[in-house]
Amino acid sequence: MQQTTDIIALQEIARELRVDIIRMLTAAGSGHPGGSLSAIDIVTCLYFSHLRHQPEEPHWPDRDRFILSKGHGVPAVYAVLAKCGYFPKEKLMTLRQIESPLQGHPDRVRLPGIEASTGSLGQGLSIALGLALASKIDNNRFHVYCMIGDGETQAGQIWEALMAAPHLKADTLTVILDYNKAQIDGLTNEIMNLEPVVDKLRAFNWNVEEIDGHNYSQVLGALARAKSSRGKPAFIVAHTIKGRGVSFMEANLVDWHGKTPTPAECEKALADIQVMRY
Amino acid sequence: MAATATRAAFGEALATLGEKYPNIIVVDADLAKSTMTLAFAKKFPNRHLDIGIAEGNLVGIGAGLALAGKIPFICSFACFLAGRFEQIRLSVAYTESNVRLVGTHAGIGIGEDGYSQMALEDIALMRSLPNVDILQPADKSETLQAVEFLVHHDRPTYLRLTRHKLDDVHEPSYRFQFGKGDLLREGNDVVLITTGGLVKPALDAAQYLSQTGINAAVINIHSIRPLDDELIVKWAGKTRHVVTLEDHSIRGGLGGAVAELLSEEMPVPLKRIGMSGFGESGTQEALYEKYGFTGTAITATVKKFLKA
Repeated sequence: MQQTTDIIALQEIARELRVDIIRMLTAAGSGHPGGSLSAIDIVTCLYFSHLRHQPEEPHWPDRDRFILSKGHGVPAVYAVLAKCGYFPKEKLMTLRQIESPLQGHPDRVRLPGIEASTGSLGQGLSIALGLALASKIDNNRFHVYCMIGDGETQAGQIWEALMAAPHLKADTLTVILDYNKAQIDGLTNEIMNLEPVVDKLRAFNWNVEEIDGHNYSQVLGALARAKSSRGKPAFIVAHTIKGRGVSFMEANLVDWHGKTPTPAECEKALADIQVMRY
Repeated sequence: MAATATRAAFGEALATLGEKYPNIIVVDADLAKSTMTLAFAKKFPNRHLDIGIAEGNLVGIGAGLALAGKIPFICSFACFLAGRFEQIRLSVAYTESNVRLVGTHAGIGIGEDGYSQMALEDIALMRSLPNVDILQPADKSETLQAVEFLVHHDRPTYLRLTRHKLDDVHEPSYRFQFGKGDLLREGNDVVLITTGGLVKPALDAAQYLSQTGINAAVINIHSIRPLDDELIVKWAGKTRHVVTLEDHSIRGGLGGAVAELLSEEMPVPLKRIGMSGFGESGTQEALYEKYGFTGTAITATVKKFLKA
């Protein structure tokens, strides 16, 4: 897969993918726009600039792996996979329909390109760690990237994996926190505060970088440095905005976790995305 | 062979198979001394991981290893492993990651540690998933063969093993056949369908019953899934009286599986022998006696069942 470091090109891809996300969710009538839009810039950078992968060979054994542990954000991954050529773009509009390979949460069996069936929060990171350990046993055969959510980071199993990865020196693993500060029942700092999360991760022996998850130069730089972390796995705390790109979602962080736009709201959202400035 | 705990036979099998199969990876959660994987760990230190007391992470790591093409055996006490049902449900079963889930310390047979360490619900949990196979070997020979089978098997599988020693119930010529019921004894009056630690007691009971003119067939079910429906239906039809026996709850385990099958295919009187409540501390022998798992106790239960 041809990689690019051209930031303008990447941003325009992400703009197109935001349109796809809004369109597919509006058609589906259910799903998770906020967390898909907060993640899409990072996922775009991963697939178009960083991951070693072959869309025409989704099971290539030495491919880098991306695990979306916050599985409800899967519309972002579907949009990216379609753009990469893993499946025809028309399939995006079948999201959540019966018999569709685009299930409501990632389904590894139904859709080549999806690395693990996630959606039950807290589990994907352990799977990513297992993949990373296999890679280490095989002399760093591939790199593993895992995106977790902030609400998800309230789950105990996440902390089991966060303790284990540095202890096991799993430097074939890079974790990205999509820190969009909101979950279903409120802001994360109201429901179960994660702060000081950067301090906690450093105390757990991760190489931690804190970035703006919508700033491409910061995202690309952090990903590159993360991959070259030796002896310690890397963690990128990416500050993001839930619903980034759509004005009324950015203004109501909590409301747009799991609510989809009406057709009228969809039009407004698409208009916002067209003029979005990075 | 001397009586052997099936967890010990498992450990021995791994240490041998590790040489032939470089993709075998073994993961423990601080119970390697108890799951008997230390022999493997000593021979292949870079292929044994101990990730501490974190069984949820254990299951996920197993899934990741499997997805990368490794042959993972992830090990803990059966109750703690099955207790991470949600991780097994999503990361193993639904993801279709080919993990060998090894649960040792099955049933009340573990003895003095008491209920908190006893798995009485694990088979029921695993049965509820669509695609997790379930094996419970009855003796050393069966365990050695089952473990080798699992190296090549292409579905996630739960392997249930004992802490306490089990007598041999097979001849040296025995060949394990996955998915096939193992008919150990023929008889026309009643069929005892059993698994794991209750196989030998069932055979003892069959012996005692024959002395009173009751001829019991005994079938060892090492493959709880896939169940040998045909053999069970056949012997239920022949004997018209079925007794299931397991060191596990009477709800949802082997008894549940047989009840579900026979109620549809061959409805005959069925008695489930197993645990109906919690376990407790005691020697394995005392517990087996209290809860009706000895040859003598089983004989009495079967006689009562047949008279009813």
